[in-house]
Amino acid sequence: MTTFLTRRTALLVAATCAATLGLAAVAQAQTSIKIGYAISRTGPNTGGAAVTTIPNYELWVKEVNAAGGIKLGDKRVPIEVVQYDDRSNAEEAVRALERLINQDKVDFILPPWGTGLNLAVGPTLNREGYPHLAATAVTDRAPELAKRWPNSFWMLGTSADAAKTLVELLSKLRDEKKIGDTVAMVSIADGFGIDLSSAARPAITNAKFKLAYDKSYPIGTQDLAPIINEVKALNPDVFIAFSYPPDTLALTEQSRIAGFNPKVFYTGVGTAFPLYRGKFGKNTEGVMGIGGWSGDSPAIKDYLARHKASAANGAEPDRWASAVTYASLQMLQQAIERVGKIDRAAVIKDLQTGSFDTVIGKVKLENNMPTRYWWVGQWQDGEFYGIAPAGNEGARKAIVPKPAWVAP
Amino acid sequence: MTNAILTGLMLGGMYALIAMGLTLQYGVARIMNLSYGEFLIAAAFASHWLFTGWAISPFVGLTLVVPAAFLLNFAIYKLLLTPLVRRAPNRDALEVDSILATFGLTFVIQGSMLALFGGAYYSYSFLAFPVQFLGETVAANRLAALGITILLGLVLYLALTRTRAGTAVRAVAVDPFAAQLVAINVPQASALTFALGGALVAAAGVLVSTFLTFSASSGVVFTMKALIVVVMGGVGNMLGCLVAGLALGLSESLVASYVDPGLTLAVNFALFLTVLLVKPAGLFGRATR
Repeated sequence: MTTFLTRRTALLVAATCAATLGLAAVAQAQTSIKIGYAISRTGPNTGGAAVTTIPNYELWVKEVNAAGGIKLGDKRVPIEVVQYDDRSNAEEAVRALERLINQDKVDFILPPWGTGLNLAVGPTLNREGYPHLAATAVTDRAPELAKRWPNSFWMLGTSADAAKTLVELLSKLRDEKKIGDTVAMVSIADGFGIDLSSAARPAITNAKFKLAYDKSYPIGTQDLAPIINEVKALNPDVFIAFSYPPDTLALTEQSRIAGFNPKVFYTGVGTAFPLYRGKFGKNTEGVMGIGGWSGDSPAIKDYLARHKASAANGAEPDRWASAVTYASLQMLQQAIERVGKIDRAAVIKDLQTGSFDTVIGKVKLENNMPTRYWWVGQWQDGEFYGIAPAGNEGARKAIVPKPAWVAP
Repeated sequence: MTNAILTGLMLGGMYALIAMGLTLQYGVARIMNLSYGEFLIAAAFASHWLFTGWAISPFVGLTLVVPAAFLLNFAIYKLLLTPLVRRAPNRDALEVDSILATFGLTFVIQGSMLALFGGAYYSYSFLAFPVQFLGETVAANRLAALGITILLGLVLYLALTRTRAGTAVRAVAVDPFAAQLVAINVPQASALTFALGGALVAAAGVLVSTFLTFSASSGVVFTMKALIVVVMGGVGNMLGCLVAGLALGLSESLVASYVDPGLTLAVNFALFLTVLLVKPAGLFGRATR
C-alpha cells in the first residue's frame, strides 16, 4: 500500500513537472522558432553544399530575422538556428537529425545537400513528422517516395524527366535541321550519372538518334583527355556529359583545348555554377547544362543581388538548385505563417495543398512535387537561362550551333 | 596511339610528381605522412590566391610557395615529429606514431583551409591553351607540369646519387643506425629530407592547381594516389616512384582510350596488386627481411 502511494505521488510529481515543462516549452516556442540543420561542412559533399545550400540557409535566416522573424498569429518571432556538420556521411546525418529532434527539440528541420543524404534522412523525418523539403535531390523514385513519406517534397524532380526534356529539345532542334542525329554521351559512375544516363539511353534511341559513344568513367578521374579525344574522332552533333562539378570543368577545358566544338555541348552539375563562368568567361557562350532559371525575371534578379550582398566574398548562387532551395525556404515560411503556430502536421498539409509566392514564381505542389522545372539551361551573354521545357515562363530560345571556342 | 601515350605520360608524370615528396618523407624520414594530400591542396590554394589576388603566375608562385613549404615542413618536423622520433624505440613504432600524429594534422590543415577558403570548388585558368607536341594537340599547362616533373626528378636523382648530402640521405634510408656510425647526423638529415618532401608536394600542388579543380576536402584523393605510387615503386626510391607513376598514368590512358574509361580504376588496382604479388617490396624496393 505504501509503495502504491509513493508511486502515485511520484506520478503526480512527474505529471506536474511535465506540465510545467510543457508550459515552458510553449512559452519558449512563442519567443523563437528553433530551426535545425545538419549540412556537409566537411567531406566530399562540401563543394556542393557550400555553393548551393549553406549561403541560402544563411541568407534566409538573416532576412527573416531582419524583418522581425516569422509571423505566428499576430506577432513575429525570430529564428534560432542549431546546426551540425554531417561530414558528408549518411549515418552522421541521421545521427545529427536525431540529436536535433531529441536533444535540441527544434521546431523545424532543413534538409541536407544532395540526393544520397536526402534519401538517408527521409525515414527519420517521416517518423518524427517533420516536413522534408528536399531541394537538392534528383531521383526517379521521387513520386513513389512522396507517397510513402507524405511529409517529403521533391523540389528538383526526376532524372527521367530531365533526360526526356533534353531529348525533346534535341528532337526539336533536329526537326529544325539545326543538328544531325549523332549523339555522344559520357557519364560519371556515381548516383547522378548512372540515373541520368540510364534514363537518357532509351530516350535517345527511341527518338531515333544514333548513340555513337556511351561510356562512364569512375568518380575522381583526373584526366578526361582520352574520352574527349575519342569522342572528337567520332565527330558527333551532340555531346552530353552527366558529370559532377570537377569533371564538368575538366571536360569543358579539355574540349576547348582539343578544339572539340559540337553543335550542342551539354554538361552536368556545375555548369550552372558561378565558378564555371568565372573560369571560362566568353567560352561559356552557348554551353548547355542541367538546370537553369528565368534570368530576366525581376524576382530572380533581386534574389541574385541579395545573395551576392549576403554571401561571403559576394559569391553568386548557382543557376539551378540555389533558387529552388531559397524558394523552398520561402514556402516553409509561408506555410508556417498561414498555420500561425508550431503545428508540423498542419504545416505539412499546407505545403501539400497551398500555393506559394517564391523567387522562382508561383509554386503549387501536386503529389508533393512542383509541376514546372528547368531541365536544360544555356549560357547566353553571361547568364545561364532556362531554355527547356520551352513552355516555361521566361524560356529563352536555344543558340544552336554553339559558337566556336575562343582563346581565353 | 601517340595521343593516348602522350596523355598517359602527362598523367603519369603528375602521379610521379605527387608521389615524389612522399617517397622521401616515408622512405627516408620514416614519417608516414597522412596529411600529405592536405599539404598539396594548401599549396594549390596558395597558388590560386597568388594568381587571382595578386596576378602572380604559378611559375613565379613556385619560387614563393616551395621555399615557404620547405620552412613550414622543417618546423613541423622539429616541433611536432621530433618528440615522436625520440620516443620511438624502433622504426615500426615511429611509423605508427607518425600515422596518428599526421592524421590529426590532416584535420588541423583541412579545418584551417575550410575556415579560410570555405568548402566550395576552386579552379583557375593558367596556360590553358592547346599546343602542338609530337604532332598531337595537348594542354600547355599539363605539358609544362610534365616538363617540370622531369626536371625536378632529374635534379633530385642527381642530388641523391652524386652529392655527399644525397649519399648521406640514402644511407639513412637504408639503415639509420649504421649511418650514425659513419658520422652522419641522422636527425638533421631526416628533418631536411622531410622538409624537402614537403617542398616537393608544394610544387606538385602549385602545378596541379593549374589544371585540376580542387576544394578544401579533396586532399585525401592525392594522399591515396601518392601512397599507391610510393608503395608500388618501392619505398624511398625516386626512380621507382617515377616508373610507377608513369605506369599508372599510361595504363589509365590506354585503357580509357582503347577499352573503357569505366575500367581505369580497376586496372590501376590490378596493376598495383600484380606488382605487390610479384615484388612485395615494390618495383625498385629491396626486401629488408
